[in-house]
Amino acid sequence: MRVLHLKVNGDDLEVAAPDHWTLLEVLRYRLGLTGSKQGCDKGDCGACTVLLEGKPVLACMTLAGNAQGRAITTIEGLMPAHIARGGSGPDPIQAAFDRCGALQCGFCQPGMILSARALLDRNQAPTRAQIREALSGNLCRCTGYTQIFEAVELAVAESLGVAPAPRAWEAPLAESRAARGES
Amino acid sequence: MKAFKLHNPTDLESALALLDTPEARSGATRVLAGGQDLLTEMKEHLAEPDALVNLKHIPGLDQVHAGADGSLEIGALCTLAALEEHAEVAQRLPALAQAAGVVASAQIRSQATLGGNLNQRPRCWYFRSEHAPCLKKGGTECFSYGGMSKYNAILGGGPSYIVHPSDLAPALVALGASAEIVSAKGSRTVALEKYFTLPSESDVKRETVLQPGEILRRVLVPAPAANTRSSYTKFREKGSFDFALASVALALVLEGGTIRSSRVVLGGVAPIPWRSKAAEAALEGGQPSRALFEKAAAASVRGAEALAHNGYKVPLAKGLVIRALEELCA
Repeated sequence: MRVLHLKVNGDDLEVAAPDHWTLLEVLRYRLGLTGSKQGCDKGDCGACTVLLEGKPVLACMTLAGNAQGRAITTIEGLMPAHIARGGSGPDPIQAAFDRCGALQCGFCQPGMILSARALLDRNQAPTRAQIREALSGNLCRCTGYTQIFEAVELAVAESLGVAPAPRAWEAPLAESRAARGES
Repeated sequence: MKAFKLHNPTDLESALALLDTPEARSGATRVLAGGQDLLTEMKEHLAEPDALVNLKHIPGLDQVHAGADGSLEIGALCTLAALEEHAEVAQRLPALAQAAGVVASAQIRSQATLGGNLNQRPRCWYFRSEHAPCLKKGGTECFSYGGMSKYNAILGGGPSYIVHPSDLAPALVALGASAEIVSAKGSRTVALEKYFTLPSESDVKRETVLQPGEILRRVLVPAPAANTRSSYTKFREKGSFDFALASVALALVLEGGTIRSSRVVLGGVAPIPWRSKAAEAALEGGQPSRALFEKAAAASVRGAEALAHNGYKVPLAKGLVIRALEELCA
């Protein structure tokens, strides 16, 4: 057992944990921050993604001791950070995920959103290809990814003050409405 | 994961001293860099060390030094993300920057290191299963031979048929890099081409010349000759992150429409990064053309012997060599 000094979501915390515990285990089972998910626990799924100094990392593949002295951001920290920057409500990416239906079971969502946050923090206007690449380490078994990419694009469009690209379901919907003579 | 003691030395001498004990040499102590491979080995009970020597707190091990002569010294603790973004690496060594950029996922590249990438253990599913007592884990049989061999070696295999999983290794061999290895006893430098060992050449349980007590300190890449072009082309089974089914690293000197010299190194097809001197000989002195590239591609897989399920790697590797040559000579 060793006392670790961790900086989580802006708070300086002291927490005791064995040497072999990962950051994910400390976040979930010592600090109660269960937003970071324990999926595969071996680096395949991305559900445990957190930000270390703004860069996405896998908390399941990071020893807690190696996260000392570095700013850790979990999904729980996004809304407070957004408000601290003068915003209101959840982080715009979180809000866009809600509005685009970018989740079903929700298990991958914290990791997806943090990977997207890291992308938008370094690239304010990513292309679809760049979004796909940035999220390629996060697996989703429900959505087929389309709504997730659209959510990130919606957050981008709103931050740039431009109209979002049409979503995948809009054209077929308009077609079927037209076929039924509806406007 | 079995409990272990984490040592956090703050200088290289202390780290090497921790590794220079009979216990440590027996494998009870392992070196931790980015941990992106080691932790999977430990979670899958392939490695159960009593202690880890963490190199992360030793200053300077992650530094990249660009020499005035065009050479580069890259610290083994340099992350793949840093390598991918490093301006001089991208400018001087495109093959290396490209290879670093296609390893795993963004999350893993944030933490994974050059040294860890070169020293990672194979991904063969028999090796990775704690329940399969395969040859590489001290058993008597390589189960891929006669078993499920889709991802195994077509070249250089026997008695083990693993493929080396690194993307950086073929790129660095193509670039003529060497490895600086340090231990409590001193240091030595080995051409990276000789760093990786075939299962038939040494202990079948290892993939490199790195001995217990030794650390890969840095990789030295000489200045590329004038008019050198290089690239790394990787083929993955899925579009998002994955290991290579096959890959090719190229470095060639193209002057006045003639290929003066080249290095052709295949990844994902052999237990080591597979340098094909036959393909290089086919290219040397030639003028870029489809016919020349096809000749080089055929030479690159000379001697290939497919197992039951990996015959596709022969045309795949040839196709990659042709595509990579076409793109690099365009």
